[in-house]
Amino acid sequence: MYGLIAAAYVAASILFILSLGGLSSQESAKRGVIYGMIGMAIAIAATFLSKGVGNFNILISMIAIGAVIGAAIAARVAMTGMPQLVAALHSFVGLAAVFIGVNADLELGYVLANSTLSADGVRTANEGVEFAGFAAALLKKSVVEINIMRVEVFLGVFIGAITFTGSVIAYGKLAGSISGKALTLPHRHLINLVMIAVCVLLGAMYFYGAGVWTLVLVTLIAFVIGAHLVMAIGGADMPVVVSMLNSYSGWAAAAIGFTLGNDLLIVTGALVGSSGAILSYIMCKAMNRSFISVILGGFGGEAQSGGQAIEGEMIATEVDTVAQQLDDADEVVIVPGYGMAVAQAQASVSELTRRLRAKGKNVRFAIHPVAGRLPGHMNVLLAEAKVPYDIVLEMEEINDDFPSTDLVIIIGANDIVNPAAQEDPTSPIAGMPVLEVWKAKNVIVSKRGRGTGYSGIENPLFFKDNTRMLYGDAKDSMDKVLQAMG
Amino acid sequence: MGRIVGVPRELTAGERRVALTPETAGRIQKLGYSIIVESGAGADADISDDAYRAANVEVVNGAAAVWERADIVMKVRPPAEHSDFGAHEADLLREGQTLICFLWPGQNEALMQRLAERKPHAVLAMDMVPRISRAQKMDALSSMANIAGYRAVIEASNNFGRFFTGQVTAAGKVPPAKVLVVGAGVAGLAAIGAARGLGAIVRAFDVRPEVAEQIESMGAEFLMLDFEEDSSGDGGYAKPSSPEFREKQLAMFREQAPEIDIVITTALIPGRPAPKLWLKDMVELQKPGSVVVDLAAEQGGNCDLTEPGEKVLTENGVTIVGYTDLPSRMASQSSQLFGTNLRHMLDDLTPEKDGEPNVNMEDDVIRGATVVKDGEITFPPPAPKVQAIAKPQQAPKGPSPEEQAALDAEAARKAGRAQWALLGVGTLLMLLIGSVAPASFMQHFIVFVLACFVGYQVIWNVTHALHTPLMAVTNAISGIIILGAILQIGSSSGIVLVMSAISVLIATINIAGGFLVTRRMLAMFQKS
Repeated sequence: MYGLIAAAYVAASILFILSLGGLSSQESAKRGVIYGMIGMAIAIAATFLSKGVGNFNILISMIAIGAVIGAAIAARVAMTGMPQLVAALHSFVGLAAVFIGVNADLELGYVLANSTLSADGVRTANEGVEFAGFAAALLKKSVVEINIMRVEVFLGVFIGAITFTGSVIAYGKLAGSISGKALTLPHRHLINLVMIAVCVLLGAMYFYGAGVWTLVLVTLIAFVIGAHLVMAIGGADMPVVVSMLNSYSGWAAAAIGFTLGNDLLIVTGALVGSSGAILSYIMCKAMNRSFISVILGGFGGEAQSGGQAIEGEMIATEVDTVAQQLDDADEVVIVPGYGMAVAQAQASVSELTRRLRAKGKNVRFAIHPVAGRLPGHMNVLLAEAKVPYDIVLEMEEINDDFPSTDLVIIIGANDIVNPAAQEDPTSPIAGMPVLEVWKAKNVIVSKRGRGTGYSGIENPLFFKDNTRMLYGDAKDSMDKVLQAMG
Repeated sequence: MGRIVGVPRELTAGERRVALTPETAGRIQKLGYSIIVESGAGADADISDDAYRAANVEVVNGAAAVWERADIVMKVRPPAEHSDFGAHEADLLREGQTLICFLWPGQNEALMQRLAERKPHAVLAMDMVPRISRAQKMDALSSMANIAGYRAVIEASNNFGRFFTGQVTAAGKVPPAKVLVVGAGVAGLAAIGAARGLGAIVRAFDVRPEVAEQIESMGAEFLMLDFEEDSSGDGGYAKPSSPEFREKQLAMFREQAPEIDIVITTALIPGRPAPKLWLKDMVELQKPGSVVVDLAAEQGGNCDLTEPGEKVLTENGVTIVGYTDLPSRMASQSSQLFGTNLRHMLDDLTPEKDGEPNVNMEDDVIRGATVVKDGEITFPPPAPKVQAIAKPQQAPKGPSPEEQAALDAEAARKAGRAQWALLGVGTLLMLLIGSVAPASFMQHFIVFVLACFVGYQVIWNVTHALHTPLMAVTNAISGIIILGAILQIGSSSGIVLVMSAISVLIATINIAGGFLVTRRMLAMFQKS
């Protein structure tokens, strides 16, 4: 039976890797998801066969309920709500890791209390006690192995707890129920350091057998750390935070895998963990910020000092003029940002694209890696609105084409098209790779009001001679442009 | 209804433009004004009285009626004495009235005095609109210069006996005409565009080096003068150049003169007579049949031989065109553009759209254009707060190719060293762990490290566009943590059972939700 389970786990691991590998292109990705599902089904089925798995009535009903809830959420969630959903799902993994870690310790305590250790290091169950499943496995562990397991439990619980509250806060920020501004308490770095130090101390006490209460306390403190860490991070850094939590949820699963001695958990946790880590790295690169500075937080929300004063003024334009300009242009590039998601303007943008393309114009989309609140968020929104993905391009693919572009329409994006990143070395975003839209002949910026973006940085693009501002809700504006085009 | 806007017929002989078109009339009425126009005002610009009537404009007889009834009078030319009219237009200006037209206040001080004495509400000079981005839409000088530049090429071709474009015909090869444009302001650029459009080879010169890019973007060759001097003045206009610079410039023109067929000069310096740039000896160097069109004729001309308002033929057969009414020669076009400029001016004057003009002296644009306010002369205006054209920034010098290569090599070496260091540290760490950890742990650890490597290799291949599905699918597979819960749910301990049951529940939500939402997302990605 063990051999069969191991074989199933190998199959599941390979299927998971294929599933992630499939995401290298839109076509293979659809097949990849099927692989992932099959892998998961095999893994769960195989685990059912493991020794000591019981309470099947509860197990199966829980799985059934969970599957129904999951399916319902998946079917209903709006694509603009994807960041929140992803954050919520991370929190589940974190919470599960905490529960399983604490469970492992409880089981360990139970086993230790009801067994005796002989002189040659073999532990046997006391009279009248029978261990099954996980407990039976624990019984076989040597003293060193039990110590290592304690470290793993500690890590699993600690990371899981941070992931849980961090994700809950991220969910709140993304859903708008918590302010997107960075909360910067005085001495917040010191607070975090002290809390981590206390956790390490408690961990050491736990290691030397101080009991389950230390683990519970670590969990509670880690909850606070997770919440506090994410509270301190501003809205614009959310893509990094979400991918970071993605990574944490993986590491938490891997730590639990070590605890339980389950290789499939370890493999999967490592895959997810490195995936999240790479995503965080890509996001940081795209903002020209170090990972550490993002995690330390405090960026965004408040007005930034520094940066050159901008001369000139923003010139408003009208819907009729925009329609006329669109009519005259042959090469059009649309740059969507988070504002498009907020205004739910993607359907109108898609309709605009369809009409312009029908007139034989070359319309393309330029996507900055950190546009939106989730890596790749804009691509999904545009895909939902039926914009063909082969005209949706990445920053590197399209940046050289702006000088030959007649008209750029920026919808609810700000920092990712800020020329100060290149022109002004004193700017807070200096050096961040940006879409060089100002090189196009004309630029239209659809924007709610005159305010600054999430980072609070003035955008000199809005003051350029070839830029015109189209104030108002993005969806409204696009609908009116569509009308004006007749 | 709000105030009345009145447009009289232009009285200056040869002036064919009109300050109102039926199209602009509609937009002005939307601002809350009603409009009257003198009968026949648009006749020379091909706009009949009936066309005005169709646009809801009242047509009245005689200029006097317009001046008497209108609250705002819009004109093209400055008010002047007209013998057949029997009065000076300035005397028709009423107290409290507003006048908007070209005025040239710098050259017309007496007229300004005369206007101020009539105690009008305000007099706005369309030629004084500051040259800032926001005011481009009412920059009538640019509109007129654009037309003048175009027309200059048409006049030149009219007087030029050959094709502009080069052709190879059965009867022989025709070389393209060579055109030199001096001064690349709006008129110069328009002339370059028109001449290029006709197929000529165009060269252009300007004292402001920053316009080189504009010249080249219009398809002309910029004649570079090797001399360090920036002659950009305030407001995007040129300023007088030093004598040394001028000598170099003239030497270059002299060199060009023998091969150039058409010269179009547009050089002006604000508030000064036009600089003499195309001297008599240059004209003498030109081939017979060549044409010089002098757009600066009204300000004295860039060419020594220009007769303002006239066309003259020199002894060596060069035609010098000094017409001063080029925009008026395209009255329909220029009325349309000037009318639109005026319309935008009224737009800014009437922010409330209530037919009530508000001459807001805090507004840079309106302040600049207003030369008389409540009977007081307010010219010259203070310098505008906004600069017309940003100073070109010194581009930082990039490293040379060799330096770049050296930098790259250095970076590669660094990366190599970093990798070796990482491997070293990693090996050491492994050995350290391996020396203390039991075999069972090391087995799992090997699996973990290998999985991290596989993950690293696989994830870098994921396309950026699919990062959201990637997160959703990793969400789903991190639900694998359900395995841990399944292994524990058989426990006899109640609390363990509860916690593992909850874990199973939420992990399942993860799995189902993650996979299904990924499927949903991926199904949306469609190729065109």
